This record gives sequence, C-alpha cells and structure tokens, in this order.
Amino acid sequence: MVLYREVFPVERGDFASAGSASSKIKRTLKKMGVDPSIIREVSICSYELELNLVIHSLGGELVLELTERGLTLISSDRGPGIADLELVMKEGYSTAPESVRAMGFGAGMGLPNVKRHSQIFSLESEIGKGTKIRSEYSF
Amino acid sequence: MYRHSVRIDKRKCVGCTNCIKNCPTETIRVQNGKAYMIDERCIDCGMCLSSCPHNAMVAVTTPLSVLGAFKYNIVVPSTTLYSQFQGVTDIRDIYAGLYAMGFDAIYEEAKATEILAEAMAKHIRSSEAVLPLISSSCPVIPRLVTSLYPNLIDNLAPFIPSNEIAARVAKEEFCETMNVPRDEVGVYYISPCAAEMTHIKSPLGITKSDINGVFAVRDVYPQLMKFIGKAGDTHMNNIAFRAGAFGLGSAVVGGLSAAVGTEHYLAVDGICDVMQCLDEIDNERLRGLVLVEMMACKGGCVGGPLTFENQFVAKNRNRRIQYSQPRLDLDGDEHVRKYVNSDMILYDVPFEPRNILKLSDDVVEAMRMMDRLEEINRRLPGLDCGSCGSPTCRTLAEDIVKGQAVEMDCIFKLRDKVRQMAQEMVDLASAQKRG
Repeated sequence: MVLYREVFPVERGDFASAGSASSKIKRTLKKMGVDPSIIREVSICSYELELNLVIHSLGGELVLELTERGLTLISSDRGPGIADLELVMKEGYSTAPESVRAMGFGAGMGLPNVKRHSQIFSLESEIGKGTKIRSEYSF
Repeated sequence: MYRHSVRIDKRKCVGCTNCIKNCPTETIRVQNGKAYMIDERCIDCGMCLSSCPHNAMVAVTTPLSVLGAFKYNIVVPSTTLYSQFQGVTDIRDIYAGLYAMGFDAIYEEAKATEILAEAMAKHIRSSEAVLPLISSSCPVIPRLVTSLYPNLIDNLAPFIPSNEIAARVAKEEFCETMNVPRDEVGVYYISPCAAEMTHIKSPLGITKSDINGVFAVRDVYPQLMKFIGKAGDTHMNNIAFRAGAFGLGSAVVGGLSAAVGTEHYLAVDGICDVMQCLDEIDNERLRGLVLVEMMACKGGCVGGPLTFENQFVAKNRNRRIQYSQPRLDLDGDEHVRKYVNSDMILYDVPFEPRNILKLSDDVVEAMRMMDRLEEINRRLPGLDCGSCGSPTCRTLAEDIVKGQAVEMDCIFKLRDKVRQMAQEMVDLASAQKRG
C-alpha cells in the first residue's frame, strides 16, 4: 500500500527550476528518516531523471511513492519517446543538442547513471507517446 | 545536557521573527511572544546572534574573571585576534599585551593551523583519504555534517580543530620545558565565535577538550587595548614557535586551502552557501575536488559574531599581517614535523550521525506524518510570514503534525475563521428577526 505519494511536474527547457524536485524529494526522505545511503542513491537518480525531463522530454512529471517496504521514483513524459532503447543505455551516447552541452549537461551519462544507482530499474518508451522510467529501492 | 552556546534573554526578546527567519536549521520558534530553541536542532552557527536587532540572543563564553583558577595560564589567541586592532600590524605588540594581561605563555592558533595544514596535505596524498576532504576546523561544520549530511561524515578531515591542536601542543611543550604537572596549567582560547564554547563543553570526535575556557575576542579587546604598544622592546615581544604567512592567513576563508597547497579546492564561507555546497557534494554534482574548506561565518573567522572589528577591515589587516611574515616550508619546519604524524592531532571518537530533521524514529509513522504535513501545508497561505512563530508555513505544518502548534496559530487562518463565525452570527441574528 502506498503510504506517501508526491507528484512533481517538470517542464521542457525549464533549466531555472531544474533540481528543485530532487531537492524536495531529498528533504522529504530526510524528514522520514530513510537510510542516508538510500537517500543518496535516490537523490542522484531523481536529479538525473529531472534533468532528462527538462532536456529531452516534451514535459512530464516525477513521482515519489513510498510504502512500508521501499520507495519508487517514476519519471513519465508526454513524448517524444526513445528510438533505440539499447543505445540510450550506453555511456557517452547522447542526443542532447549543442546548446544543452554548452551548459555542461548532456554528457550521455544520465540513464546509465540512473541504472547504476537504482536497485531495480526499468525503461519503457514508445515513439510519439512517451517514456516511463522506474527506479526502485527497498529498505 | 549542554547543546549550544546561545541563550535567549527573555527580557529583551520582543517576539519578532528575525531569528526564526535566519536560522538555517529551523531551530527557533516564537511562542507567547518569546523566542525559544529546539535545542537538539542547533548547530551553533551564530546566525541568530547577528540577526537579533534587540540583542536578546546572548552568546555564553567564559568570563575573564576565571583567570587565576590555575597556577599557570597559557593563552591560545585565535588568528582573528591579531586583525582587530587599528594601526597594529606587528603581532609582537599583541604578544606583549597578552603577557601584560598575565598569561605565562602564548601558543598561536596560527602555528597549530600550520601543523593541521601539513597533516591534511599528507593525508590527501595518502590512500586512506575520502575525497573531497572537508575541513573540520570550524566547529560548526562537524555539527552540520553529522546532523544533515550523514553520507559525508567520512569526508570530514580526521584531525581535531586547530585551536584544540594548539591547546594540546601548548600544554605538552609548556609542561616539558617548565617541568610542571599538567593539572597546574590552564589553556584559554580567545575566540571569534561562540561555537567554540560548545566545542569545549560537549566536543564531537574527542572525549575531552584541552581548552579550559573560551574568551570572546570582544571581551578581551578592551583589556588588551590598554597594554598594546606599551611594552617596548623586551622579552615580552617573543614566543617560542612563531607562525608564518600560511598559518596567519587562516583567519580568512581560503587561507587554510592555501596552506594545504592544493589547486583543486573550494573555499566556502557563510552557513547558507556551506549548506548548498554540501548538498551538491552529497549529490555527487561537484566532482574532481580534493579539499573543501568550509567556514560558517561570512568571510571566515574574521566575520565571527564575537569579533570587535568590521570584518572587511579585519580581512585587509589580516592580509598585511600575513605578508609581514615569511611563508614557512611546512614540510621542513621542525616544530610542525614533531607533531604532524602524532596521534595527538587525530579525532579518537567516531562521529555519530544524528538526523535532526526526521519526524519520527519509525519510518512508517514518519511517512504518515509527512502525508498529513503536506495536506496541512496545502491549506496554509504559503506566505512564510512567520507570524505564527514558525519560520515558514511548512514548518508550521510540521509543528502541527508533531502536536506542538495548531492551525489557528496562523493569523490568516484565524482571520478566516473569525470572518466565518461572524457571518454565522449575522445569519443567526437575522434568522431570529424573521422568525
């Protein structure tokens, strides 16, 4: 049973508030007294997922769900979807435009990094519809 | 149990919201028109001391009258002390003043900083170091890290603060040279901040502090002023181990980093910026760093709440004092070498994490409380005005969930309720007329 759920809408290209959802998530988890090592992993993932939404998506949301046994981060967007799901998991592969790279983002480490810092990781995507990424942790 | 160095003078407190708004850990509340502190949340940063316009926040330090409790008195002047006197850039004038005040020996915090810097440089080169190394000389930093950044505890430098090194080394050297028992010697630190008082009363990382008292720079200032420049050229102008430019520069943020001698460092000052950087380090967003020097006060120790001189003037004077001395080769300095590998300068009690934010010890209960907190927060106006006595609407929601406040503490909620009740009374009255 989900005991706590919080939704953070994230808009495309909104670099000004990028990172705010992940810092709120971090604060929430600290308030709950979640194990610091899990908080660290979740913080890294939520930041990457949030930035992905800002850089690559047409807009979407980041959801935090907690149960007695663990927590889940879910990133879902309204498109455009990922063409090659294998390629996107390769370190260094990036479709970020030059303007975004100039800001120091889009090094192609995002999703591999999320996977590395998740206990259970899943990625679903459909071109034209959107992408859903789940990152799960148990206490 | 002693937790922090700040006391609230209830007679002076008018119940305004300045302190609650400036506290970085949301420690202070106002209830019944007076401020009070949730003691375990305080990290001793001193923001409330400088933000109270009514001087109701009082820093507790050792009164100068305790001098005399020991047969011998050693003074450890903070590096900041040197920068406080107008027209004085020759430290020997200050040594003379301190001897004239009745101290038997002087050991500079600046010299201890050179030992510390060399030890940190060696540690960074070793394989044991967890990088980036976070300096722990400012007493607020270990308190902040153990309270809010438990993941970074291993990054804290394993060395005791420079003033504590100074106290230990000073006692050791004095007792050896003078051939006196240790219990006849008192060591006093002249401090720019009140957090040092907490450091000696309930230290983190060590069982017991070797500092016997902490005098505020601004308490010592008038005493010392009387003697400065009056001693002439006597033996009183000298001390056994003089610090060089590296040690002397450490009163200003960045000084320790320069002494350690790494290029990949951050020097961060001011508690809010310190917290922001710790957050980013915690999230692995600041990479490639070797050293992070952190000081809770703006500008470094020269910006401490218990100083006398304007911090920018002090900073300028600190530079001039620093450049008047040679940059010692720390690796080659005989005195530094004697202590740099000693166990004396290491913490010996592990730092324990203490999450000051958590709502409950039971995670599931905390989740339920967090859920209610968010629900209450959505009903509050979101103005963060502080009139309820909590620093933000969210903190009020937290206090309500914990049973320490009620929704009607919010004056906007109260006004709505009064308006609603007034309308009900009008409705009731007119109903009677018709009936």
